[in-house]
Amino acid sequence: MKELSVFDIIGPIMIGPSSSHTAGALKIARVARMLTQTRIVKVHFKLYGSFAKTYRGHGTDRALLAGILGFDTGDYRVRDSFDLATAAGIEYAFEEMDGETEYHPNTVTIIVTEENGNVCTLRGASIGGGEIEIHELNGCEVTFSGKNNAILLRQKDRPGVLAALMRVLGDYQVNIVNMNAYCEDRGLTGFTVVEFDGTLSAEAIAEISGQPNVLSATFIKVK
Amino acid sequence: MKGLDFTSGAELLAVCEENEMTISEAMFSREVSKFGANHEEVWNQMFKTLNVMRESVERSQTDELKLLGGYIGGESKKLLSRLKENRPLGGMISRACAYAMGVLELNASMGRIVAAPTAGSSGVLPGVLVAIDEDFEFDDESLISALFNAGAIGYLISRNATLAGAEGGCQAEVGAASAMAASMICELLGGSPEVCLAAAGDALSNILGLVCDPIGGLVEYPCQKRNAMGVANAIISAEIALATGGVRLVPFDEVVAAMYNVGRSIPYQLRETALGGLAAAPSVKNIKPGTGCAACGACK
Repeated sequence: MKELSVFDIIGPIMIGPSSSHTAGALKIARVARMLTQTRIVKVHFKLYGSFAKTYRGHGTDRALLAGILGFDTGDYRVRDSFDLATAAGIEYAFEEMDGETEYHPNTVTIIVTEENGNVCTLRGASIGGGEIEIHELNGCEVTFSGKNNAILLRQKDRPGVLAALMRVLGDYQVNIVNMNAYCEDRGLTGFTVVEFDGTLSAEAIAEISGQPNVLSATFIKVK
Repeated sequence: MKGLDFTSGAELLAVCEENEMTISEAMFSREVSKFGANHEEVWNQMFKTLNVMRESVERSQTDELKLLGGYIGGESKKLLSRLKENRPLGGMISRACAYAMGVLELNASMGRIVAAPTAGSSGVLPGVLVAIDEDFEFDDESLISALFNAGAIGYLISRNATLAGAEGGCQAEVGAASAMAASMICELLGGSPEVCLAAAGDALSNILGLVCDPIGGLVEYPCQKRNAMGVANAIISAEIALATGGVRLVPFDEVVAAMYNVGRSIPYQLRETALGGLAAAPSVKNIKPGTGCAACGACK
């Protein structure tokens, strides 16, 4: 059972009206932002289930864009995120995905296009009380909470990559909370999500990026 | 205080007695020992939280609010102006209710609130805190402590039952907020830990069974007035507990268990789905979920 903090009960400090449909939606989009390396120029949101039906009345659309802009759940700018996104040169669209789905009722798929042409797809669910889970990254099923800081590693599917990652994390005294490895394309590429306590220095990330067979290492800083 | 923890009301009372602590001190110590957090950081975070609550009451009265759904709006200001010109029916209770309703209006207009324990029940604690502070003039330290007390009650309800309307109905949201506020008031006014838990248990008992049936699925109607009810219930429950002491026929932990059991037997249509209760009433049943007044036209 997850240990509850007093601030899980009296908190979060958030822009209303709904912890799941507003604060949680923002947090999912903020993870998508973390995955980018350059300026975001375009974002497409596919809304499922309750998100598709009630997003306007819950300000889910504005919250999602606010997450793309990197705002905090309690930031008053969430209200004005349409204008602020346009001012930042971000083109955006919302698509209601009607009909039955096997996804969690509060699910959004976010497709982000960067200035350098990179496209990143993320699917996440808002599971209640502002808590979220990421369920898909670039077509691969994953599970991580977006609650802890994490490192997202893309690697060649070769032996020894994870061992090297563990060694570096150990050297920097990083305490791992959760770790999962996924195959993107068997024998070719895969990726690994490691959630941990505390933070990771730029030096540590550079060292991880420099390991043999590592294609990229992205630090997802959520706190 | 290393490793201080409790998982039930009974354990909380034992911790308080053993260490000669108040509930707020026990919750603060738990937070520090459980999460290895720095004393000052934890305290300052709660101070910040208190100030956001105060700000939410303030802004609900001063801001021009544009509500997302439009099913409610302006009630809080009307109440306060009536209270200025007329003899209030409920004294401090009437003011606290008006503040709580204002916070729900602010929430529905994408204003900043503290989910306490949820956004849908976010009016109860600030409504009570601001109104009681106006009458009794507590220092900030007392009010910050009070929030740790409230947090302990909410934590126990979350751990042993639920705080989600989708799981337990409104009793789990406004019911929990009301229980948290009742206990908090008792500690502010010098009540023992036993008295605090009795007040919390009474407050939750009084709201047992309340369903969650928001019109159009939005956190507006009837949520706003149920927050006002949660405030009044908290103040009454605190008054009763302070007068009659901490012994109850059904102790706090058993009330929490009862709330959970009742919650599980509430039909799906009455747990935040907007399919039953008031949400299915003839006058509003054609409102599409998640759309506001403009899209409905029920009242022309």
